[in-house]
Amino acid sequence: MLLTRILKNDLGGQLLLIALLITTVTVALLNLAVPEGHALHISTYTVTLLGKYLTYGLLAIAVDLVWGYLGILSLGHGAFFALGGYAMGMYLMRQIGDRGVYGNPDLPDFMVFLNWQELPWFWLGFDMFWFAAIMIMLVPGLLAFVFGWLAFRSRVTGVYLSIITQALTYALMLAFFRNEMGFGGNNGLTDFKDILGFDLQADSTRVGLFVASALALALGYLSCRYVMNSRLGRVAVAIRDAEDRTRFIGYRVEHVKLWIFTFSAILAGIAGALYVPQVGIINPGEFSPLNSIELVVWVAVGGRATLFGAVIGAIAVNYGKTYFTAAIPELWLFALGALFILVTVLLPRGVVGLLQQLKRKQT
Amino acid sequence: MYPRTQFKHDTENTFWRNLRLFGLLIICTLNLPSLAADIPAAPDKAEDKLQLTGQIDTEDEFSHALTLLRGKSFKDKLKAIDTLAASRNPKALHYLKALLEAKLYYRKDDQKIIIARRADKGYALIDPESGENLGTVPKREIKKITLNNAMRRALREKIASLSLSNPDPNVRYAAVDEMLSSRSKGLAATLKTLIDQETNSKVRKLMQVGIALGELDGDKPAKLSALEYLAGNLHPSVRNRIQSMTEDPSEDQAVVTAARTALKKIEDKVYFFNTLETLFFGLSLGSVLVLAAIGLAITFGVMGVINMAHGELIMLGAYTTYLIQQAFPGFNDLSILLAIPAAFIVSGLVGILIERSIIRFLYGRPLETLLATFGVSLILQQLVRSLISPQNVPVSNPSWLSGSLQINSVFSLTYNRLYIILFSLLVFAGLYLILKNTRLGLQVRAVAQNRAMARAMGVRSGRVDALTFGLGSGIAGVAGVALSQLTNVGPNLGQSYIIDSFMVVVFGGVGNLFGTLVAGLSLGVANKILEPWAGAVLAKIFVLIFIILFIQKYPRGLFPQKGRAAEN
Repeated sequence: MLLTRILKNDLGGQLLLIALLITTVTVALLNLAVPEGHALHISTYTVTLLGKYLTYGLLAIAVDLVWGYLGILSLGHGAFFALGGYAMGMYLMRQIGDRGVYGNPDLPDFMVFLNWQELPWFWLGFDMFWFAAIMIMLVPGLLAFVFGWLAFRSRVTGVYLSIITQALTYALMLAFFRNEMGFGGNNGLTDFKDILGFDLQADSTRVGLFVASALALALGYLSCRYVMNSRLGRVAVAIRDAEDRTRFIGYRVEHVKLWIFTFSAILAGIAGALYVPQVGIINPGEFSPLNSIELVVWVAVGGRATLFGAVIGAIAVNYGKTYFTAAIPELWLFALGALFILVTVLLPRGVVGLLQQLKRKQT
Repeated sequence: MYPRTQFKHDTENTFWRNLRLFGLLIICTLNLPSLAADIPAAPDKAEDKLQLTGQIDTEDEFSHALTLLRGKSFKDKLKAIDTLAASRNPKALHYLKALLEAKLYYRKDDQKIIIARRADKGYALIDPESGENLGTVPKREIKKITLNNAMRRALREKIASLSLSNPDPNVRYAAVDEMLSSRSKGLAATLKTLIDQETNSKVRKLMQVGIALGELDGDKPAKLSALEYLAGNLHPSVRNRIQSMTEDPSEDQAVVTAARTALKKIEDKVYFFNTLETLFFGLSLGSVLVLAAIGLAITFGVMGVINMAHGELIMLGAYTTYLIQQAFPGFNDLSILLAIPAAFIVSGLVGILIERSIIRFLYGRPLETLLATFGVSLILQQLVRSLISPQNVPVSNPSWLSGSLQINSVFSLTYNRLYIILFSLLVFAGLYLILKNTRLGLQVRAVAQNRAMARAMGVRSGRVDALTFGLGSGIAGVAGVALSQLTNVGPNLGQSYIIDSFMVVVFGGVGNLFGTLVAGLSLGVANKILEPWAGAVLAKIFVLIFIILFIQKYPRGLFPQKGRAAEN
């Protein structure tokens, strides 16, 4: 009931969710049920790759929520993604137990290497999944809340906001690169063994993570659509189009912005948490400002303020990246650069906008 | 024919012998001002004879000392070092220096002492007296002359005192400095005999410090007056000596108090100069930031365009420097001067190209310019990687940029930092004058304040936009030339400066050149002040957090624009 109400008048969303359902079921079946070597078998590598794309899709939705509907161009969403990833990485690190190189049951390898005697306080509790799961949402959410509360209250907008979000992720990158921070420094967290008792290398775990990512993406999409269909969503669009007028009418602009921004950061954190067990590593490189800008272009390619466009953009650009970097690596940056320019100059509303325009012409 | 040649041969021989004698004489008198002074005035002939016999004597002693050096006893070797140094023979210095560097060996077959350096196969031999190359021999044919710490100490002293008679004042200065640092015994006495002949005031002054240091071992009044003289002196051995005096229980109470005052004075001075040095480092870092950011201040501040490719325009400037150096390999000192206008033109033209082909379609949509120019930056980076090299390229520094201006022993200004401060101020002044005093500047400001009105007054806004963007980009290129002298030049050069540049512009207040200057310099100084106790990375993080918080309080920066322009 709720589902039909949320997806009313959202053809793109309906198609996206149906496609997502079909893909998930097919891929899972073709990987697990069809024997290896069969023509229809989908390799675990592909499953993991698709799972990674889906987490990127969720991240793109988070960005679209604030950029498309709220008009805030965040160049720091990579930070929320990475923080969620680190929270998950810490849980996975603790699951290694005494199977590390140094065989220390209490300390992760890098701490033994740095001669640390005991676990720092901020690592406590991460051996329990429920705690890690809370932290995955709490840490990015809290950061976004504090940052947003400061920024929106003092009415930092537009370009200034973009630049300080970039400064935020840059500062975090520098901080996480330091060994003294206790997050593995340069190398980050890696060599994970299992999650919730399942072996991370096993096919079934990989498929499980893929299905979880698909589920998260679907739920994320529905919740974003739900928020945007609500009164809060309409106020958000009003703020995007005319902030001052909305304020003069009597809405608490800061509150609306703050809640949506925080919600978006939590989504990004969840995406990061699902990303880490699939790629098997999280390092400070995820905080790099380049990553955060890159994910803005996924949304731009797909089409702003459509949500499903963001998912399409994320998957398309990342498929292109995987293809190019393997086949002709020199060309990838040229292609990405050209994509940035062409989309902003020629396709301000992205691929989805182009399709809508074509459809309107036909009718 | 035959007798004639014989005769000629003979005269030649005597001529050379005379010349050699004359040379020895000159060397003796030159090297031995003190010894020469001791010789009583005598008729020419007598002096000649005296010198001659003296020389023969020392020659004998000299070879004897060399024999001792080959022996096993360190005591004998120490004596040999004394003799060699006392011989005042210029050749002795070669032996002593090689011995100190542990490169002195002797050949096992003919017992000749030689200098040996490790070569491809075995050891390359050099004659210590003539510097002639004696070929390479395997290791077993030579034996090292071993030395102990007492010998090393003696060697350092002797080498220093031999160098004191060098005609070059810089060598003499270094020799006195070395003697002060090694705190050799009898230092004051040696210096006292030498100070009267010293002509260079700098060397004299250092000698006086040495003499005063010696007087610290004397009686109480001598100590007190020496302490008074040495108070505030920054030479490290003065500081160490006085420090040890304050902790010495056997010293007289008045002396200890005087020493404490002197030490306090020295420490105050050191602290002062350290602060000055931090300030200097901060200013030079700040001027790098100003240089990198000032082009951005124009494109971002005046035009409202977020140019993410700004860093890559800086990189293009640095690469232009590299290419010009490659094109004129012999003119290292001058090519950088040529690189400045070249980089301005290259980056400026690329900037105009970017503006005409992309940015002009995006005016009024600052966030979109951010994305598009980011695309441009990726393309430029990859272009450099593909066309030149993905690795860093070597950019050499002209000779007038290396070295430093030594103010005193704790404070020196390196020339490259000094020049970069001057250079960035110059660029700033030039840009300021262009914007304030030229027709282009007037038009730029008019378009920035009110585009429609400026157009109505006949300003061709498209052309002004292109030129402004070109100007900002050209300045980025010039910044690249300066940066090529300070950091590695590679495809990623621009990326590491772009965020800092934005921080500077935002902190200073958009649309305000002076704000950029103040912001850049103060951020640089803040960074360097934080660095000693927080480390370089943490200092940077603190500065970033500070800016993030500062923007919350003052969303429009240090010097916000006032009036109508601020409302857009």
